[in-house]
Amino acid sequence: MATHKILIAGFGGQGIILIGQMLAYAAMMDNKEVTFLPSYGPEMRGGTANCTIVISDSPISCPLVDKATCLVVMNQPSLAKYEDMVEPGGTVFINSSLVKQGVKRSDLTEIAVEAGELAIGLGNEKMANIVMLGALIRKMNFVSEENMEKVLAKVFSGRKEHLLEGNRVAFHVVK
Amino acid sequence: MSEKQLMKGNEAFAEAAIRGGCRLYFGYPITPQNEIPEYMSRELDKVGGAFVQAESELAAVNMAYGGALTGKNVFLSSSSPGIALMQEGFSFMASAEIPMVILNVMRGGPGVGGIQPGQADYRQATRGGGNGDYHIPVYGPASIQETVNIIYDAVTLADRYRNPVIILADGMLGQMMEPIILPEARETVTEEEIRIQKPWALLGHQDKKERTVVKSLRLQPDDLENHNNKMHEKYIEMMEELPQYESYRLEDAEVVFVSFGSMSRIVREAMDHLAEQGIKAGMIRPISLWPFPNKAFDEISPKTKMVISAELSIGQMMDDVKCAVCGRFPVELLYRTGGMVPTPLEVVEKTKALLEVTK
Repeated sequence: MATHKILIAGFGGQGIILIGQMLAYAAMMDNKEVTFLPSYGPEMRGGTANCTIVISDSPISCPLVDKATCLVVMNQPSLAKYEDMVEPGGTVFINSSLVKQGVKRSDLTEIAVEAGELAIGLGNEKMANIVMLGALIRKMNFVSEENMEKVLAKVFSGRKEHLLEGNRVAFHVVK
Repeated sequence: MSEKQLMKGNEAFAEAAIRGGCRLYFGYPITPQNEIPEYMSRELDKVGGAFVQAESELAAVNMAYGGALTGKNVFLSSSSPGIALMQEGFSFMASAEIPMVILNVMRGGPGVGGIQPGQADYRQATRGGGNGDYHIPVYGPASIQETVNIIYDAVTLADRYRNPVIILADGMLGQMMEPIILPEARETVTEEEIRIQKPWALLGHQDKKERTVVKSLRLQPDDLENHNNKMHEKYIEMMEELPQYESYRLEDAEVVFVSFGSMSRIVREAMDHLAEQGIKAGMIRPISLWPFPNKAFDEISPKTKMVISAELSIGQMMDDVKCAVCGRFPVELLYRTGGMVPTPLEVVEKTKALLEVTK
């Protein structure tokens, strides 16, 4: 398996860090090597958030990504900021509910997911990140669906258990 | 052995300190290590320990000093400007021969600086930011797992030498997540055991004992000189015992990097890119920064053209690298500072430029 270098970016509050962590958890459960590196700073809801996840079969030296194999953008400014950071031939997932101008480069594959609209259709716009996570896993097979299901159950447990069913549906909405 | 779990650096560091036996924590919030006091405030109580949020770093270091006088293992963490404020306490503890495990999750400086990763406290840590003839062993681990192991081992190391130990992590290691295996928790030491293992500990006179005195004040110069000489014997022992490093691909290396911590991971990936471009690069990764692993430099091949100190500071480690190289190879510097972190490709370009200049 090649090393996957995934960059996820969007507004603070869109659950960018959460889906990045979930991806990392599932990768570990798949017995892969993985690193998760979040941006950190004086950031708040509405600001910017991004994280990079490296998944590999062999030990990972650098958690920092200069050329991503896959970019996931949940808002328009993130695409403008990170499009150049994708390796030629890489894949870009865009949340087309908020990203109206798509990928400019011709050497990238764009996958548009109406994550925001689909989440609203399911009754909770906040689940757009989980809709996107489902689409990402199904198209790219970075981690097994089986283990991601377990991670979902772990993340939405205890006080958040009432959110599990809705997020499970959101996770599966993109086939 | 517990099983693999995904943990954020800072939380793993705190857990490593608890499992290593630390039962007291004193701190004051500062980014990028705030998850540590948060974790300690939640977890220490559960193992019979105590967490105190001090009113400042100066208070925290002196509370920690006081706490350690009781013979309990103390963990102290902060980030660069906060660690700067604690230097007086470190010097006092070294002089009074008080064990302490200190973690600096470094950020960009000088001054209040910024909150992104840096390594510019290298000189302060390895040379000692406080006054007087003292040394503190300093480690610069490169992964969450290595940091966890070093913190865990530092608890017994500090006790054995009766000396503080400093671990230099940085914002990147503190904030990132990696799967790790946590070490087994050590048993909580009882007061009776402390009385036997640490006769210097201040646990009350018990009516009959002679007074136990712990101090750093020695007004008689001959007394102080004797004390310093005695401590120096301990430092010589450390210089023998503690140097630790890892070396990669030194054989036939055209260029040898010297790099520690987060930066060494970036360099490690840059080495692969350089190899693809036909440039043989090796690396010495110091794990102990004081004592510096000078012996590692004897492994460098005579064919090597250049040694590069790659760091997140402007040549602070290069002084030690030059000292260890001792004139055998040209030493160059590759750095970013102020919270800027280079990408592997940037390291590749800068290395090629350095090689070009010396051609």
